[in-house]
Amino acid sequence: MIENRPVSTFISHAILIAGIAIVIFPIWITIVAASHDAARLLQVPLPLGLGDQFFDNLKYVLGKGVGDSAPLGLMLFNSLIMALMIAFGKIAISLLSAYAIVYFDFRFRMFFFWMIFITLMLPVEVRIIPTYAVVADLGMLDSYWGLTIPLIASATATFMFRQTFLSVPDELLEAARIDGAGPMRFFFDILLPVSRTSIAAMFVILFIYGWNQYLWPLIVTTDKSMVTIVMSIKGMMEALEETPQWDYIMMTSLLAMIPPVIVVILMQKIFVKGLTETEK
Amino acid sequence: MLKQVHFKSSALPYMLVAPQIIITLVFFMWPASQAIYQSLLIEDAFGGNTQFVWFDNFIELFDDDHYVKTFVRTLFYSAMVALLSLSVSLILAAMADRVIRGTGIYRTLLIWPYAVAPVIAGALWAFLFYPTTGIISTALTKIGYEWNHQLNGNQAMFLVIIAAAWKQISYNFLFFLAGMQAIPKSLIEAAAIDAASPAKRFWTIIFPLITPTTFFLLVVNIVYAFFETFGIIHVVTKGGPANATETLVYKVYKDGFIGLDLGGSSVQSVILMVLVIAMTVFQFKFIERKVEY
Repeated sequence: MIENRPVSTFISHAILIAGIAIVIFPIWITIVAASHDAARLLQVPLPLGLGDQFFDNLKYVLGKGVGDSAPLGLMLFNSLIMALMIAFGKIAISLLSAYAIVYFDFRFRMFFFWMIFITLMLPVEVRIIPTYAVVADLGMLDSYWGLTIPLIASATATFMFRQTFLSVPDELLEAARIDGAGPMRFFFDILLPVSRTSIAAMFVILFIYGWNQYLWPLIVTTDKSMVTIVMSIKGMMEALEETPQWDYIMMTSLLAMIPPVIVVILMQKIFVKGLTETEK
Repeated sequence: MLKQVHFKSSALPYMLVAPQIIITLVFFMWPASQAIYQSLLIEDAFGGNTQFVWFDNFIELFDDDHYVKTFVRTLFYSAMVALLSLSVSLILAAMADRVIRGTGIYRTLLIWPYAVAPVIAGALWAFLFYPTTGIISTALTKIGYEWNHQLNGNQAMFLVIIAAAWKQISYNFLFFLAGMQAIPKSLIEAAAIDAASPAKRFWTIIFPLITPTTFFLLVVNIVYAFFETFGIIHVVTKGGPANATETLVYKVYKDGFIGLDLGGSSVQSVILMVLVIAMTVFQFKFIERKVEY
């Protein structure tokens, strides 16, 4: 600190705590609502403290689902598969293409680079209907492939790895060459290990991106057994009658946010570094 | 761009880029070109005849009062989301940058909403504001303000803005904080020795120096509000009441998948593509400036 001003330091903390209270409030209320029964959540005023139904609600939604939805256990599994396929798929193809673009001199190198670059400008939302048509023609509706592959090509990851590779000292390649390593040997034994921080940061970003997909899964899946947890919320809020079953809905919301929140918090340092240093 | 020390051309680099290029061609280039092609066609009601009409569809769309209103509404909505989220996170980041102790804890607590899916964020805020039982809506009723976002369009708009801005606070906070912490401490110290108050130091030193971050975040937030908040709107208001919260992306979805008007929807898609390209180019202009600084 530059100078000692106890009053202004106190005010800074107070503002931060107030800000955090506002940011955390909806999440706290979610936990509270998930721990009461449906009847209690219809009586005004609603509780602000925890109830005792948490584990009953948890057991119920995991096994049975809400209304006529699939059991949440299955949805969590689908979400996990989707998030992992997107994260690993994107990382794998981006590592390869970034490696080619940075370390090889070949014809159409810049052409390929710009082709990848342009996908930055085409989020799935703007080309949703023709993309849906392609996936339908390929017979990939209601499958994990249809859910993930159209989301896998990503300029962001390619850019990040390109940046990382460019910062790797040239001497590493020279040394590897002298020792007789070929291109793939160099890639696996040297380049990947030295880039592991970027890969980990990208994993966090992509896992969350994949887990939180909504519009695309909503469109390509109609089969109840392919539903992901994030997209199930909508159906639950509309199902049944006018009054949503808030206890189960909030429990579902909680389950839907826990995995990505855990990933972010556990890998916070790497994630923050990766996010703020490369996305610019 | 290319490494000084690199491999000579062979079949290998083509094989390395192939997976990404194939996916890009099949799922990006082809659908995008389809959208552009269809946006220039007109199809009769029975789907038999198609006619090439150049830009008639676009002219027709912008003659449509409903579309123009949606366009203006989307701009307003995105601007409000960006403004609200950026100002809250700027204040919090400035405070977190000032305090010595606890920055790490504050960051951990503020990072949560980043991981929450937009549609889940929508569900949480819909619960808080649920007209008959929500915690905030009943509190508002108590102090004499009638809340029902299912009937009142302005309240619905307010609610989706809050939910969207809330989710984006974490992201903005992380970037603002990183930007502020990258400023050399000696600058701030020099100003402090010259007796500049903390507020003055913020506005004359810190804020101008993080301008590149602010511009970057502004574009990111607007793109976010345009495209990624679909889930929030879908779950909280479904674009209603009476289209009060219908945005451009929501309309593409509604016209294409519910109305099954593929032609009209692809015209709208093309307009969205043009918007994204414009914003990306704008963003890169500012990034180049950032590199110089």
